[in-house]
Parts: sequence; C-alpha cells; structure tokens
Amino acid sequence: MKHTLLNARSLCAGLVAALVVSVTPVRAEDTIKVGVLHSLSGTMAISETTLKDTMLMLIDEQNKKGGLLGKKLEAVVVDPASNWPLFAEKARELLEKDKVAAVFGCWTSVSRKSVLPVFEELNGLLFYPVQYEGEESSKNVFYTGAAPNQQAIPAVDYLMNDLEVKRWVLAGTDYVYPRTTNKILEAYLKAKGVAAEDIMINYTPFGHADWQSIVADIKKFGSAGKKTAVVSTINGDANVPFYKELGNQGVSAADIPVVAFSVGEEELSGIDTKPLVGHLAAWNYFMSVDAPVNAEFIKSWKTFIKNDKRVTNDPMEAHYIGFNMWVKAVEAAGSTDSTAVQKAIIGVEAPNLSGGTSKMLANHHITKPVLIGEIQEDGQFETVWQTEGLVPGDAWSDFLPDSKIIEADWTDKLNCGNYNTVTKKCSGQNYE
Amino acid sequence: MMRLRRILPLLCMLLAMIADAAADLAEGLDKLKSSNFKHKAEAVTLVADSGDARGAQILQALLDGRLYIRRADQLVVIVADNAATTELLDAATGAALGTAAKSDLKKIAINNQMRLGLRASLARLSLGDPDPDARLAAVHALIAAPSEQTQVMLRDAQKTETDERVKRAMAVVAALADFDDESPAARLAAVETVRGSMLGEVRNRLATLVEENADGSPVEPDAAVRAAAGAAIRDIDAARARYEFIETLFFGLSLGFVLVLAATGLAITFGVMGVINMAHGELMMLGAYTVYVVQQLMPNHLEWSIAVAIPLAFIVAGLVGILIERGVVRFLYGRPLETLLATFGISLFLQQTVRSIFSPLNRAVATPEWMSGQVVISDALALTANRLYIIVFSVLVFAALLALLRFTPLGLQVRAVAQNRAMARAMGVRAGWIDAMTFGLGSGVAGLAGVALSQLTNVGPNLGQAYIIDSFMVVVFGGVGNLWGTLVAGLGLGIANKFLEPYSGAVLAKILVLVFIILFIQKRPRGLFPQRGRSAEA
Repeated sequence: MKHTLLNARSLCAGLVAALVVSVTPVRAEDTIKVGVLHSLSGTMAISETTLKDTMLMLIDEQNKKGGLLGKKLEAVVVDPASNWPLFAEKARELLEKDKVAAVFGCWTSVSRKSVLPVFEELNGLLFYPVQYEGEESSKNVFYTGAAPNQQAIPAVDYLMNDLEVKRWVLAGTDYVYPRTTNKILEAYLKAKGVAAEDIMINYTPFGHADWQSIVADIKKFGSAGKKTAVVSTINGDANVPFYKELGNQGVSAADIPVVAFSVGEEELSGIDTKPLVGHLAAWNYFMSVDAPVNAEFIKSWKTFIKNDKRVTNDPMEAHYIGFNMWVKAVEAAGSTDSTAVQKAIIGVEAPNLSGGTSKMLANHHITKPVLIGEIQEDGQFETVWQTEGLVPGDAWSDFLPDSKIIEADWTDKLNCGNYNTVTKKCSGQNYE
Repeated sequence: MMRLRRILPLLCMLLAMIADAAADLAEGLDKLKSSNFKHKAEAVTLVADSGDARGAQILQALLDGRLYIRRADQLVVIVADNAATTELLDAATGAALGTAAKSDLKKIAINNQMRLGLRASLARLSLGDPDPDARLAAVHALIAAPSEQTQVMLRDAQKTETDERVKRAMAVVAALADFDDESPAARLAAVETVRGSMLGEVRNRLATLVEENADGSPVEPDAAVRAAAGAAIRDIDAARARYEFIETLFFGLSLGFVLVLAATGLAITFGVMGVINMAHGELMMLGAYTVYVVQQLMPNHLEWSIAVAIPLAFIVAGLVGILIERGVVRFLYGRPLETLLATFGISLFLQQTVRSIFSPLNRAVATPEWMSGQVVISDALALTANRLYIIVFSVLVFAALLALLRFTPLGLQVRAVAQNRAMARAMGVRAGWIDAMTFGLGSGVAGLAGVALSQLTNVGPNLGQAYIIDSFMVVVFGGVGNLWGTLVAGLGLGIANKFLEPYSGAVLAKILVLVFIILFIQKRPRGLFPQRGRSAEA
C-alpha cells in the first residue's frame, strides 16, 4: 500500500519535472525565467492547475512571437501543494535558486500572505490573479484580480439600483475574505441608509452541506415584504448544496436572487446547473463576453489544452492582463530587474478580454470593467449589467473608517503602500 | 333583416378582435427576438394582453426556457424538450414543424425581472385554469403584483369559483386591497376576512396597520381596526411559532437520518466487527459515483436512475468492501493501529483512483423531477421532497438491516461471531466467511448512503472525508456494537444541532455538539448503549 502511494507521488514529481524540461529547450543562459507558483495537488488543485496551464500557454505564445528582449522565456513550475507554509518555501526557492524574473501565482489570500515577506525580503515580483478582500498594497505584488470596489461594491449597487433590493443577506464561509468583504459591504450599505435590521450576516464552516435552517432563515428574512437579495461569499464546494436547498425550498432567483463572488465557469462545469438558473455572479470577465480578442483567447486556450469542452474564467483573464503588462514593462525598462520593472510598470496599459484596455495604477491594482451575469442552463453567464468604463482598483476601502485614511502610491510621490493621510506616516506594507 | 343588421356589426367587431389578437401576438413575438431585455419585457405584455389563446403556452415556454428562434428563417418556435435534437412547434400557430437540431436554433434568454413579469402574466392567464391547484398558485402569485386590474379579475373570478380553498385565497387577496378603503367598516371587514391566513403578505400588510407615524400618531385612525389587526397578528405569530418548531424538528430529523445512514455501515464494521475502517467514507463516495455512472449510461431515463443505482451501489461498494476485507483487513485482526493505518491508505488509494478515472472536478448528478421541490402542508409549512425521501429511505435501510441481523441465518451467525468467535467456530460457523460477509454488508450500506448523499451534496473525490468524522462520532456516541444506539445518537445529534443553530450560528452549533460529546464520553466511555461484543471484550 505504502509503495503504491510513494510511487504515485514520485510519478507526479517526475511528471512536473518532465513538464519543466519540456518547455525549456533553450540553453539556460539565453532565457528569462518566469516562476509559476500554483498548487497542482491538494484541495486547491481544482482551481489552480488551470492557471498553471494558462501561464504555460501565455509563455508559449510569447516565445512564438520571438520571446522578450531577444531571449526566450522559460517557465519554472513548482507545486506548493495547497500547503500555505510550503508556498513561502517554494517562493524562496524560485527567487533564490532559480532566479526567476517574475512569479505568477497564489490563489487563496492566506497563501499570498504567506509568500509576502519572502517577496519583500528578496525584492521579487508577484502577479496575483484572484479577486481578494483588499486592505493591502505591497511594493512587490501586483494585484490583477478585483479589489472589493471592483466586484462587491458594484454588485451591491446593481442590486440596489436596478433590482431595488431593500433587505440584504450577507452569507459567507468563515474565513478572512468573506469576513473582510462583508465588513466593507455592511459599512457601505449602512452609509447608503440601510437599517441594521435589514442586514442579516451569516457564516458557515468550509464545505458546509446542511443548509436547511439557513435557507429557511433567508426565506423568512425575505418574506417581510421588501425585496431581498443574498450576497454570497460562500466558498467553492459548499455552493452546490446551498443552491440545491434554495431550489428545493422553492426560493427562485426571481424572488431572492443570490449574487456570488466565487462561482465562475470552472465551478459551474462540475454541477447540475438547473437550480442555479437566474442567480447572479459578479466578475470582471465572462467567457460569454462578445469581443474578438476573447474569441481568439478561447480558441487558443482550447487548442493549447487539447480539449474543446474546457472553459475560461476570470482569474485566467487576470493572468492574461498581468503577463502582458509585465512583458510591456520589461520592454520599456529594457531589463528584468525588479526595481526597474516596478518603476516602468506603473501606467502600463494592456488589453483585457472584454474589449477594453486595462491600466496598472500607482497602488499596484489595475482598472477593470465590472460585469454582472445571470447563470444560464449551459453553465455560462448572460451579462445583464456592466459598468460604464473601467473601475480603478482601490487597495484600501473607502468604507471602513480605519482604512479610509490610508493611501497607497508606489510612484515617487509617496513610495508607500500604507500611508496614513492623517498622521502623515508610512507604516510598513501591511495593514493590521 | 332587422336582426341581421343588428348582428352584422357585432360579427365584424368579433372578427376585428380576433384579427387584433393575432396582430398583437405577431408583434409581441417579433419583439421577443430583440436582444434588449426592455423590449422583450414589452413583448411579454403584448403577448399576455393579446387575448390570443396561445399566449399562455408561449409565455410558459419562455419561462421554462423552451422558446427558441430558428436561425434559418427567424421564426419563433417552441421546443418539446432540451435534448440535442427536438420537435418544434410554430409559436404563433401551434403547427408542428418536425424536428431540428439545437445548433440550428437560438434560445431566447430572459432575466429575473422578466421572470417576475412572466409569472404575474401567466397567473392572470391561468385564473381560469381547470385545475384548482393551478388556480390556487395563480392567486398566490398575484399577491406579489397588486394592481386595479388584478383586483377586478379576482373579484370576477371569485363569483364563479367552485373550489373552497381557491375561493378563500381569492377573498383574502381581494381583501388586502380594501386595507386602503376610506370607510373604517370596510377596513375592519377586510381585516376579519384575512384573519387566519398564513400568507406572508397578509402579515406584512397587517403590520402596516398597527405601525405609528413619525410623530407617534397611529397610521390607522380607527381604534377598532387597530385592535382587530393586532389580534390577527398575534394569531399569525403564534401559529408561525408552532410551524417553526415543526420545521426545525423536521430539519433536525433529516440531518439526523443522513447521519444515521452514513453511520449504519460503520456501526456494522466498527461496531460489530471492531474494525476501524477509515475507508468507510470512500465506500460512500463509490456509491455516489455509481449514481453518476448510471445517469451517464441512461441519460433519457433520469427519473429511474436512482432506482437502478440503489442496488448497484450496494453491490459495487459491497464487493469493494469484501475485497478490502479479504485482501488486507483479515491479516490485521486484533491489531487496531495497523488496521487504522492500512484502511487509511486504502482510502487515499480509492480517492486517487477516482481522481484518475473521473477527474478531480466534481461531477454533476441530476436530481430526478419527482425528488425536487417540496410537499406543501400549509401556507406556512412546506417540507422539501428530497429530504422526506431520504428519511424514508434511511428508515427502510435501517429496518432491513435489523431484520437481516435478527431473522436470517446469516444474521444469527454474524451475531454469534461478534459475541464469541471461538465458541461460534466450535459450533461450526465459518468465521472467516462471516467476517467477509459482514464487512461486505457494512460496505454495501455505505454505498447506499452514498446514493442518498449524491442528492444532497457534491459528488467528488473528497465526498467521503466530509462524513467519516461524523460517522465515527455517531457510532461512538451511540455505543459501539449497538444499531439502536446509532439510530438514537444520529437523530439526537441532528436535532440538537438544528435547535442550536438559530441561536449560535452553524459554526458554533457544531463546536457545541462536539464539546458535549467529549464531555459525555468522559463520563460514559462506552456511549449511550454499551454492548458486549468483540471490541467490548478486548
């Protein structure tokens, strides 16, 4: 028994090694190394493996276009195995041993927090592609996913203005992203004049499967005669039984719509979408977006992965934007040196997949459009609302009293990620 | 002659009306082709108000996502089902158009606002439906869309209504409009009419009568109306509290029976045989994947897939169980630590096998039509159908297992081996064979639990891990080796959890239950109903 396991593991390691070798045909001296730090095993492998493949595809395409600064790019793939401390170890290995020019990686906030000190100590570059809770801006990290004001706040605006929602259920899994997001949303709703008794906040453990009482509570909360909506930061697997229970208790999307921040095309491909039709999701990209650049991206993705059924999703688009921004910044700086790239990348523009152009801001976040889509029976989203123009990412929420006064600006003006405008002090990179 | 002259204009009007209806319908259908949701919403109103007999069918098809546009000639069509090739009907005339492939058609997408509008329009159209249940649903749907027009329609329909329930619901909904009547007597009568109704809207409207304005003066000027409304609200709240208690009890029972179902198999392998089987969760996972495979094999008979999957899941999980027992566990009897490690290894092995065969992503298992939705007990209480079926299923499995152990020769031998192995062997019982059968039985029951879980949660490689801890908890709490203990413990924990949840939240409720079990096991290490068995002697 033990032997089988050992073999399976060494086989896996061999496969990863083979993968690295297969994309490194050129002599090491002539290449620029790019680190890919995504879990290929463990609980997060479901989501992160796709992003690893996306990076390999982007690097492959760049090499076909002639590489960068006359050199070929070389992907260095490591597997942090959904293990947060291992993320830090692997990040150190990439920066110290492999001397990569930039790292594209991480999914969960806790993995990002775990590698942050390493990147700051060794002055590396990390491109982080997932929507997150904000309240952070590091000199060494570029946040290409959505900040709360690029996903949660516009979604609430849509519900409030277009669907005239008056009562709010903030439901989430019990960890840092939902808790921070809900704190921001609660402050925002109260600032908009929503009474405390019209907000219900509910947290559940990871992988929660028995939603009967919570759905009954939501139903009761929603029967008070005011239009009610659920803002869901429920994570991954727990969503399926939640939506099933909603369907079974007869709560339809037309009565109480659920807008989710963690349900994308990839998640929908594994579930029976019948009970979900009409519920909403807020992202910066949908696979169904009608734009020539998107059609091209989907085509090359399906060819690269050799599977016509695979879907694209929002974090993939974030990597697409982030990678192109990095390429442009390196070209502008004429070198891959971290400090030079950090200077050059601010203000760089790169196309996003919904047909617009995103820009890297001084706070290391980017501008993105915000899209609200309704889930369709085929697992795709039908866009029902979209912001006019692009929304600039805000690192420090304007709706929390403590972080309202904090500013992030990595140009020479401040050169600080956590600048207190009241005390005029720059206090490290993290907000506590 | 005179008569003809009188009838002629009437006839002309009638013809004109029919032509008008057809024209409105055609215009509405044309507008539905727009990609703008506002235009589509207008189209829905046009179709609904056209008075054309086909309106209801078209709107229902639109709501069900069965209304398509044929790409070739831009004709709006209704499809029979969502299969890849399907039969078509011309939406405007109802004429059959033969079959067509889905790729030649474009679906007319709708959004939530349209769904609300559609439901209200359909409700107005189905007030005259021959089925009283459809009429009742229509009346309920109309509460959400109050308007002068619906009030008039309701009052008209009320006069010809024959079904008592529908009549009562119509009276209540119509009375809600009288809450704004000028005369206090009419308002009082309206309050008296709605009294006793458990519809959510009634409680909300009554509450507005007893509210106070900003300056402290009551919204409702008449004291008698206020008093009546207050009394009606108290009635409703008392009834609601009763229903809520029943509902929580049901939630607790359903959670409890899921726990019992998951733990029963373990109660046999762990309880009767004393084998700590860490792969128990993965045997449930195999059962759930059996449902998935069966559904893939018979995509056109989803409603029967569960019935086919139940025996299959039992056999698949049971055979794997026997394989585990013969291949690994039998060499490790009397060495609990090694058994634990070996079965843990098997659980990882099974997970990885499933990952390699079916991919690490969750698989979509469809819920058959007859298992979705809810069973309506009253306006304030409805129980979800899938949970009811799982309770019934769980009871049946448990009863069958008890009967098997109690009344069959196999059961007798199992009990004999469990109580005294040496003596049983001396009496001629083939202990090895009995071990394999017992383990297979426990594993098969785990497979059955997997079938039930496939209807509740994700079917993925990690399905078993989520339930293994709970299963051990139930078995240990109930008393190792006692099936009745497992039943009582599972139900007790489920109900306790659900009654705690509203006060403490889901996270804390789980913690509190765990703390309670730890304290209880400290006091009574052998659980609720300790029993003599192989493990008890050890």
